Amino acid sequence: MEGLLSLAVKAVFVENLALSFFLGMCTFIAVSKKISTALGLGISVMLVQAITVPTNNLLLTYLLAPGALAWAGFPNVDLTFLGLICYIGVIAAMVQILEMVLDKFFPPLYNALGVFLPLITVNCAILGGSLLMVERDYNFPESMTYGLSSGFGWALAITAMAGVREKLKYSDIPDGLQGLGITFITAGLMALAFMSFSGVKL
Amino acid sequence: MAQTKRDLLVDPLVDNNPITLQVLGICSALAVTSSLQVAFVMALAVTAVTGFSSMFISVLRNQIPGSIRIIVQMVIIASLVIIVDQVLKAYAYEISKTLSVFVGLIITNCIVMGRAEAFAMKNPPIDSFIDGVGNGLGYGALLLVVGFIRELFGAGSLFGVTILPTVNNGGWYVPNGMLLLPPSAFFIIGLLIWAVRAWKPEQVEKREYKIQVVEGH
Repeated sequence: MEGLLSLAVKAVFVENLALSFFLGMCTFIAVSKKISTALGLGISVMLVQAITVPTNNLLLTYLLAPGALAWAGFPNVDLTFLGLICYIGVIAAMVQILEMVLDKFFPPLYNALGVFLPLITVNCAILGGSLLMVERDYNFPESMTYGLSSGFGWALAITAMAGVREKLKYSDIPDGLQGLGITFITAGLMALAFMSFSGVKL
Repeated sequence: MAQTKRDLLVDPLVDNNPITLQVLGICSALAVTSSLQVAFVMALAVTAVTGFSSMFISVLRNQIPGSIRIIVQMVIIASLVIIVDQVLKAYAYEISKTLSVFVGLIITNCIVMGRAEAFAMKNPPIDSFIDGVGNGLGYGALLLVVGFIRELFGAGSLFGVTILPTVNNGGWYVPNGMLLLPPSAFFIIGLLIWAVRAWKPEQVEKREYKIQVVEGH
């Protein structure tokens, strides 16, 4: 239990997907102009991340890993090289299912998140989460924790970024830095701030 | 306006750079640039994937039904990335360890999808291939510049060869450790964008608000 808690804290702050692994940067820069949209996107990412990382973990353990197909009578088969194509398939399918479920059962939430859901399929933070899970050999409970907390970390980062940018648009910035340039430098300062968490251990 | 093949290749390098202007594919651009060697391999990998995926998608463009085109593009891109990944694991195992998840993340690199969607779906294979390679090189050029700055000033070496002997090894150069940490990549790219836009003022974005001096106070 303590292990899971420290994993969660680490995934949210120290190893923040957006600010220390630079995942999901394209959307992070493009959709962080307003707090409300940033929050919507952040919540969708968290939701999708919390579902796809554990699903991909199950897929890896029971289908792809070396010897995983022993239950089907193929103990010598190693399908790990198919990993990438499977994970992206799972992500695309999950996003589609999530979209349909939300549309059917939670229409207000669907209307709020609708625009962002398809975008998430190509968000590197989602695929990155799954790939990091594979690389670090998380087991099922760990991957559930990791999915949820890394998604939360991403949501936190993009919302904070949007807050900064909402204030920033009134300031007098040199012409060449206008827009994209200053956004990068702001993100750099935020990343520095997040790095100060790296000493925190639970 | 018919673009010549040369334009297709050269245009994305500075005038229409995928990173500084179109804001595509930044994710990996930042993460793999702490040493020049890794950045170089990554640039090659992305160029190969962008070029070939554009070409294959363009060959199939009249057969792909509009409603499922994204999935088809994804499958083509993912297959190419798997090939690149396997090649790297076979011939450059150390580098593929350093790149870790970022090779896989080429799949979701917006440049690849963006070129497939914006160019390859409408143009013949040869042009698409050149366009893909051009955009890959534009991405690669920025990657190499950032990698150059970070490795030279952060570790005092280039491609692992010592250029500025550091104090720890009995030299004179005190390395700037921050350049090896993630945040520095943001600063360098921000400043690079500033430099490019100072050189090419037509790329400057409009202000949303402008401070005006009010007369008569």
